[in-house]
Amino acid sequence: MNRPVITVNGLNLWYGQTQALKNISLDIPEKSITALIGPSGCGKSTFLKTLNRMNDLVPGVRITGSVRYEGQDIFETNVNQLRKEVGMVFQKPNPFPMSIYNNIAYGPRTHGITNRQELDEIVEKALRGAAIWDEVKDRLKKNALGLSGGQQQRLCIARALAVQPKVLLMDEPTSALDPIATSRIEDLVMELKSQYTIVIVTHNMQQAVRISDQTAFFLLGDLVEYGETEKLFSRPVDKRTEEYITGRFG
Amino acid sequence: MISNRRRLFLWTVRGGMYLAAALTGILTLFLVGYVMAKGIPNITWQLLSTKPSYLSGNIGILPDILNTLYVVIASLAIVLPLGVGAAVYLTEYASSKRLVGVIEYAAEALSGIPSIIYGLVGMLMFSNNFGTCLLSGALTLVIMNLPTIMRNTQESLKTVPQAYREGAFGLGAGKWRVVRTVVLPGCIDGVLTGCILSVGRILGESAALLFTAGFAHALNGFWDGLSSAGATLTVALYVYAKEQGEFGVAFAIAAILMVLSLLINLAAVLVTKYFQRRNAV
Amino acid sequence: MKTKTNLFETIVHGVFLLLGLITVGCVLLISIYLIISGIPAIREIGLLDFLFGDTWASTAAQPQYGILPFILTSIYGTAGAILLGVPVGFLTAMYLAKMAPKRIKSVMEQAVSLLAGIPSVVYGLVGMMVLVPGIRNLFHIPDGAGLLAAIVVLAVMILPSIIKMSITALEAVPKEYEDASLALGATPEETYFRVSAPAAKSGVAAAVVLGVGRAIGEAMAVMMVAGNAANMPDSLFQSVRFLTTAVASEMSYSSGLQRQALFSIALVLFLFIMLINAALNFFLKGEKKP
Repeated sequence: MNRPVITVNGLNLWYGQTQALKNISLDIPEKSITALIGPSGCGKSTFLKTLNRMNDLVPGVRITGSVRYEGQDIFETNVNQLRKEVGMVFQKPNPFPMSIYNNIAYGPRTHGITNRQELDEIVEKALRGAAIWDEVKDRLKKNALGLSGGQQQRLCIARALAVQPKVLLMDEPTSALDPIATSRIEDLVMELKSQYTIVIVTHNMQQAVRISDQTAFFLLGDLVEYGETEKLFSRPVDKRTEEYITGRFG
Repeated sequence: MISNRRRLFLWTVRGGMYLAAALTGILTLFLVGYVMAKGIPNITWQLLSTKPSYLSGNIGILPDILNTLYVVIASLAIVLPLGVGAAVYLTEYASSKRLVGVIEYAAEALSGIPSIIYGLVGMLMFSNNFGTCLLSGALTLVIMNLPTIMRNTQESLKTVPQAYREGAFGLGAGKWRVVRTVVLPGCIDGVLTGCILSVGRILGESAALLFTAGFAHALNGFWDGLSSAGATLTVALYVYAKEQGEFGVAFAIAAILMVLSLLINLAAVLVTKYFQRRNAV
Repeated sequence: MKTKTNLFETIVHGVFLLLGLITVGCVLLISIYLIISGIPAIREIGLLDFLFGDTWASTAAQPQYGILPFILTSIYGTAGAILLGVPVGFLTAMYLAKMAPKRIKSVMEQAVSLLAGIPSVVYGLVGMMVLVPGIRNLFHIPDGAGLLAAIVVLAVMILPSIIKMSITALEAVPKEYEDASLALGATPEETYFRVSAPAAKSGVAAAVVLGVGRAIGEAMAVMMVAGNAANMPDSLFQSVRFLTTAVASEMSYSSGLQRQALFSIALVLFLFIMLINAALNFFLKGEKKP
């Protein structure tokens, strides 16, 4: 395993009275793909959203334990700076209702880049990085909502890349897409891992096997098993993992 | 088979419904038709373009038209930031449900207060400090229209998808930037609808203005107008009809007001349709 | 959980909080102003003499400040307007919500919106020019301006809000209820009046209460048709003053105790309105959780 970028230690999370994450500890290695799997409601999305503090937006959330990004406690750092470094792609493509160009430029502008030429370069680079440049280069001024679902999701990936993050969190990014669009996103994700650390929540176990380097299996708020993907799927240590990946529940 | 008693019930309620609906329809037609028929012949260029003069016995409503315009502009300019800001607080910032409840209750209370009471309180609060002038009137109308703008903005803020906010936060944008760039542009339709409704209400308002803005007919520019007393069209209508017996002028103003409220209804429908179509994309 | 807060964001948050509190501040200010300016006259006149005195003679040598005539006129006038306006409004709403063809429905709904948008002085003007002479000729009385004219004008003015709110309430009735009734062999009319109407009752009640609020608060239109003499409302043709018009008609030339008494009238009116608001809230809540 590569050097850990994010270190989680004894993480607990409550929504009001219900505990959604129980004593989670794991390391996320740099420049690799970590898949989070488990039945719905198991806490995998909650865990993902904790990593860039998107849970702050939910009222009534309480967190204990430590999450360190590059050695720094994320709850002590500036949240906006954290989210710049740890970007996020959501389950449903959520481009803003503005032009393609302005969608990509939104992040850089947020972080203070106003120079037009610089922005042009960032936009092109981000769109190329997300393998969508050729499809949209002639209509950068058009509304992003006019793109297909798969294109919108790649646009959202490009938007996340444009702020030059180190880590990309992806919350079931292909669950709303058809198989062809899904496989394009998967190819893209595998390409991206040479430069970015990727954490991806997925419902689809084949997807986890196809693309990830290590996999974490969550159940009812517990981290049941965490290890190399190949090993976890071929020789699971925990009985519950075995039952889940062989399709006996979930 | 249907018994006679049931048949009687059936015909009574059916007859009642048709009668009531017909009455409502005829009433509207009559009101519009009558006001137009009596008013339009009295609308002359002379009336629209001059100010009244006791010396020549001339009656002109240009000052009243301008005063109406000034009051609309001043009220909207003040109430928009307040109402939109209040709505943004309620949907984006407020974390205490109880406080939201209190604010919403207050807004409801405000919209239930009759305009004559606004007139009195406006007189005490504003006219006693700034004098009887259009500004005092406009400030009174600001309070009256606050709930309208707030409510409409709030409704439309609720329709801005949460995903937009998440997307922007996920890129590291601060709260204010998210509100300004993603949330506010999404509620333009509500703000516009609120504005149209408010303009309608301001045009129709008289009781709240009578004691706050007075009923002078001097011809003024915008800033001078705000600081001097003046009648809006509705107030002028009242004064001409009730105090001076100038019914021709009163009907001319009534016809103008009728046309304006037709236009406002039309604008409200068009805005709703336009944004429905745009949001459907 | 510790969060590094940004000073700028805190300031923005504070500004929005202030804006949010403005409505609350306005309500408080209005209440305080009305109470402070309304209490002195009541103290001087005496609460009972003020509320239940049957003579208002504010400019007489021995001024008397009894507002019972205004209170009763407001109550009678509002009740009359409700009696006329609610049946017509409810039946119209029922027709539009359940039976009218689409075209007619949309045209009529526009008409109702238009009716709602007409300024009250225009209602007053038409009342003055059509209704008042009409009543005079019909009943052979010297002046048609009075309680009846005010009731009719108010009934027309509350019609739009009653129709609109009733339509909303009737359309919110789940279609399953109606289908169940139709499936039992009831005619559409029976279904609408015996199933839909009771199911929509709290919405319709809210519409009625809203109408009461509108009617009791209307000043200008009433001022133009009610005659404005401070009489007890003993007959439909009596020239009368409402609470609202009592304030409006003397405000511009009043002074001293007379002026203070006008503020006291406004305070009484305000209390009525607050009661009505509370009732309205009660019914609207009832509608939300059936």
